[in-house]
Amino acid sequence: MEQTKILTGTQAAAEAARLSRVQVVAAYPITPQSKIPEVLSSYVERGDLKSEFVRVESEHSAMGVCIAASIIGARSFTATAANGLAYMHEQLHWAAGARVPIVMPVTNRGMGAPWTILNDIQDSISQRDTGWMQFYCMNNQEVIDLVIVAFKVAEQLLVPCMVCFDGFRLSHTLMPVAVPEQEKVDKFLPPYVPFHKLDAENPVGINPVVMSDPIGDPDGVLSPGYMGFRARLQQSLEEALPVIRESGREFGDLFGRFYDDPLHRYRADDADFLFIAMGALASEASLAADILREQGVKAGVLGVRVYRPFPAAALVEAVRGRRAAAVLEKAISYGYEGPLMTDLKAALYGENGGRPVLSNFIVGLGGKDVSTADLLLSARESIEAAKSGKPQAKPKWIGNEV
Amino acid sequence: MSVQTAILDYPEKEYILPGNRLCAGCGVAIAYRFILKALGQKTIVSVPACCVTILHGIYPKTPVAATTVNTTFASAASTASGLVAGLKATGHDGWKVLAIAGDGGTFDMGIQSLSGAAERATDFIYVCYDNEAYMNTGAQRSSATPAGALTTTTPIEPKEQPKKDFMQIMEAHSLPYLATVSCSYPGDVYDKFVKARDIVGTRFFHLSAPCPTGWWYPTRDTVKIGRLMVESCVFPLYEIEEGRLALTGKSLSIAKSGRKKPIDEYISLQGRFRKITPEQVAAFQKRVDEKWDSLLKRAE
Repeated sequence: MEQTKILTGTQAAAEAARLSRVQVVAAYPITPQSKIPEVLSSYVERGDLKSEFVRVESEHSAMGVCIAASIIGARSFTATAANGLAYMHEQLHWAAGARVPIVMPVTNRGMGAPWTILNDIQDSISQRDTGWMQFYCMNNQEVIDLVIVAFKVAEQLLVPCMVCFDGFRLSHTLMPVAVPEQEKVDKFLPPYVPFHKLDAENPVGINPVVMSDPIGDPDGVLSPGYMGFRARLQQSLEEALPVIRESGREFGDLFGRFYDDPLHRYRADDADFLFIAMGALASEASLAADILREQGVKAGVLGVRVYRPFPAAALVEAVRGRRAAAVLEKAISYGYEGPLMTDLKAALYGENGGRPVLSNFIVGLGGKDVSTADLLLSARESIEAAKSGKPQAKPKWIGNEV
Repeated sequence: MSVQTAILDYPEKEYILPGNRLCAGCGVAIAYRFILKALGQKTIVSVPACCVTILHGIYPKTPVAATTVNTTFASAASTASGLVAGLKATGHDGWKVLAIAGDGGTFDMGIQSLSGAAERATDFIYVCYDNEAYMNTGAQRSSATPAGALTTTTPIEPKEQPKKDFMQIMEAHSLPYLATVSCSYPGDVYDKFVKARDIVGTRFFHLSAPCPTGWWYPTRDTVKIGRLMVESCVFPLYEIEEGRLALTGKSLSIAKSGRKKPIDEYISLQGRFRKITPEQVAAFQKRVDEKWDSLLKRAE
């Protein structure tokens, strides 16, 4: 019988790791994820989770431990945020290139300088080119569910996955969460079988220097050059969406909550105007959408739950024919615009007509509260831009009063 | 004191096949060959970016017949920690984990992960092969470079600061076993690794690896230079087991005979010391003497 508990996002993430029977955990604290290693350490020390628990001395080492353990064939897990995520940046590239199915919650937090411990998604957005899959959770239910789905998908594709959720807004907020039953999780997520079995009689060198051009092995068979390996990573990511959909559907069949849609949709089917956002912001935008509907505006929300691989086809189809959209982002690619805005525009490049007028709003950086009033303002401006035929010249920032 | 294995009793199996991409005259391969013989087939090696990466060859071929996990520069010891944890978690018994890194990946960039792994008493062996600079990238200065040496980042003014005493740093981690070894004394390498192999916990080796490319001496002189380092007590051979220090091999002989060479011959044979000042030589000799005296006192 599935129990509903009142859990914070970090507790949900730790619970998901326990249910996924992670075998190696690298533990390092950073606000606002510190509860994750703390909760997991008590599970391990109480015997509720059988896992090697490595209390590392930095996030760079945390990912180093996970990569090595995963190469051996252990299901590996760590969690981080902000500067910790940045600290392990080279290791993120390494993990993706090494094709290890690590799952890592990221409790989204702004990057220093200057210091902030509060929420935005610049940290994980900055890692979008590394080859990791990225899921963005709207609530703590999605946190517990998507960590489990992430392991299944990562192990099938051999691509690591970060499960992102807003720092403090989700990590520290108590919400009712249906906790999946262990037996059902075991059915959904069998033990990890590594692609290479350790064999002392047949030693191998893993992740060596690879040249640009294919080179023949001792039997003369051409082996991939660097681009060949990297193309394989991209290929796996290009094949990932159907795998994610299938796993999301399978999860739904077992648990009643379906994740076969890379997008969260709220009143979106007949909407003229859409809020497009990631994470908790998509959840909050539904309130603003309801108010707009009461005012006679056919408003809806699209939440981008799967950001990498980028669900271009799904998004293009979901925005086709709408008049206006406000792309709300707690991140920016400095020197240009919000990353989701850019990705969406690129996806719409091939569309001939039926493209909504897009307006980009940079909000909520460093934990700045995004009020319903802010969202309604962004809606008004987006709709006006569409009506007047005068699109934005550049993203609008809401929340930097001084 | 380590048991001295007779030459005819070394395991015959070769883990490093003939022909590799190291510089002619590189000391590292001499020692590595004996290290792998001592540890055996069920060994996984963590190799960060360093000369040993190059020894391990270019995909798809390798001359090293040992399971190897290549990793980033700073990660030799964190990778080893992950290998140990992964092996335990997946029920793989009887495997030995070895990390081998240069002085750059140990004294400098790798110090954090090494200190962390050692403090956690991670069950692995760590070898720092010390050629006293970032040799793989072209001989830039590291904190293992001795004072008075020219490097490609101290090209005109020789390095000012003395070499970091890394054995002292590692000793501060309560290790069950740590030792110095030299490429010029492979028997001593083999015996210490056989001893260390079955000790539980973090075992650390500081391996002296003369480098003709970066130290500027003829490639045929590596063994000679390495021997001079030991004979002049620039690099004494010793082991510390549960806090008890014992000199070994040539260094033990020198302790008994008192026949310690001055460092002048050692310095004179290397181009990297061509601009060393008399003051720097005197300071170097003083440091060598003081360290040697302290080792003698402690070994009594």
